[in-house]
Amino acid sequence: MIGYLRSDGRKGIRNVVVVAYLVECAHHVARRIVDRFGDTETHVIGFPGCYPNTYALKMMKALCTHPNVGGVLLVSLGCESFNREAVRDAALSSGRPVEVLVIQQCGGTAATIDRGLEAVARLRVKANEAPRVPIELNELVIGTICGGSDGTSGLTANPAVGRAFDIFVQAGAACIFEETGELVGCERIMADRAVTPELGEALEAAVAKAERYYTTMGYGSFAPGNAEGGLTTQEEKSMGAYSKSGSSPISGLLKPGDRPPSGGLYLLDVVPDGEPRFGFPNIADNAEIVELIACGAHLTLFTTGRGSVVGSAISPVIKICANPDTYRRMAADMDVNAGAILEGEASLDEVGREIVDRIIGVVQGERTVSESLGHQEFILTYKSFEPAGPGCLPRHAGSL
Amino acid sequence: MAVISEQLILLHENDNVLICRQKIVPGQQLVIDGTSMLATEVVDVGHKIARRALMIGEKVVKYGAPIGSITMPVANGRHVHLHNMKSDYIASHTRQAADGKTS
Repeated sequence: MIGYLRSDGRKGIRNVVVVAYLVECAHHVARRIVDRFGDTETHVIGFPGCYPNTYALKMMKALCTHPNVGGVLLVSLGCESFNREAVRDAALSSGRPVEVLVIQQCGGTAATIDRGLEAVARLRVKANEAPRVPIELNELVIGTICGGSDGTSGLTANPAVGRAFDIFVQAGAACIFEETGELVGCERIMADRAVTPELGEALEAAVAKAERYYTTMGYGSFAPGNAEGGLTTQEEKSMGAYSKSGSSPISGLLKPGDRPPSGGLYLLDVVPDGEPRFGFPNIADNAEIVELIACGAHLTLFTTGRGSVVGSAISPVIKICANPDTYRRMAADMDVNAGAILEGEASLDEVGREIVDRIIGVVQGERTVSESLGHQEFILTYKSFEPAGPGCLPRHAGSL
Repeated sequence: MAVISEQLILLHENDNVLICRQKIVPGQQLVIDGTSMLATEVVDVGHKIARRALMIGEKVVKYGAPIGSITMPVANGRHVHLHNMKSDYIASHTRQAADGKTS
């Protein structure tokens, strides 16, 4: 496997130029620059809010210095409060080429788009200078999420991802599962897998926080389609979702934008700390995918029963379909057919192995289905987090 | 994963529900723990049916873990879902409830 070496020493599996809008008012200009540039390796990301948010700043810094990113164009309206200098400086100090356009200083929409096209062309030339070097399994960060879950997700695709995670954790990769709100009901069995009792307590506390948060919101992480697909309760959905984590010991608890300090299995706590303030923790699946990417995920394994179609900006999404009926309807949106398990045509181990092979292919440059279809979804909204506590990364407690 | 028939899966020996592996239609024969019966309703892939009669307040067990409680008596072989069980944590919602029309 060959990756892109960044000057901060990290290695990417894609060489994306991101065009980042720093307030919704700059979104159209950023989108038009990317559409008119017209290649598949230039992606729009951004933050819509005008009010400052520490979490959003941390996320944008992490995303603009992601190993799959080879260049950054920041598009600011000019009067928003987002700290564009802080993002620019983070990207510059990571060695990424960066340009900044302020629409109010460039002369408006058309002039900024013209200058943006020139900027992206320059950034692309610099990104293409990134050395190609071998990338090993133990240098990969892999995320997983389930979306559009149904009663088959927890029988086929999710445990198959768990098998693939076991193989990658064994090989030294960092694997991240998430959505503490979808672990409600699994907290005790999960805590038993933590590498220390303190981490186990932190995992249980994270799920208890999620339950409180969702109760305040009035809804669990449970969509009507989940019920139509045979799932009845949050805890039933949780048991199925939990099986994505496989059977490895849990090495740590991350917050969005934290990078796993070494290989191992990590839980990403996506539910904000403190009193509920800004609404639902993750308003749609892509909000979680963005958080996995901000933790350094080179790619994301997305399991679906009802049939999601999404991909993502920055990091490829591999879609694994749990339900054989859905697969027949939407095969052109799926990378792996885990529904074959339900029909007795493949075993969990065989589909787990297929997922591993697909990951290796995608690292080597094969396009995922969502990449081929041009999916580059991205969403980032307001949140607030406290830093992870001392028990959250026990193997590295001394170094933090 | 213990497959017990072409139609149904028992995920854990302690479970009191079975998972449909293929769509069940009325009149179809079901065999549950050696007892044969005729299905009386449509149950889709991935949905649950009772492995035995279930009483109000009883925990529903799937994957060997409790996933909620029974709210209406359920006969052996009948569909177990929103109409006869509930979460012990956070209430589930449907598209209608999300519209505010019914609960």
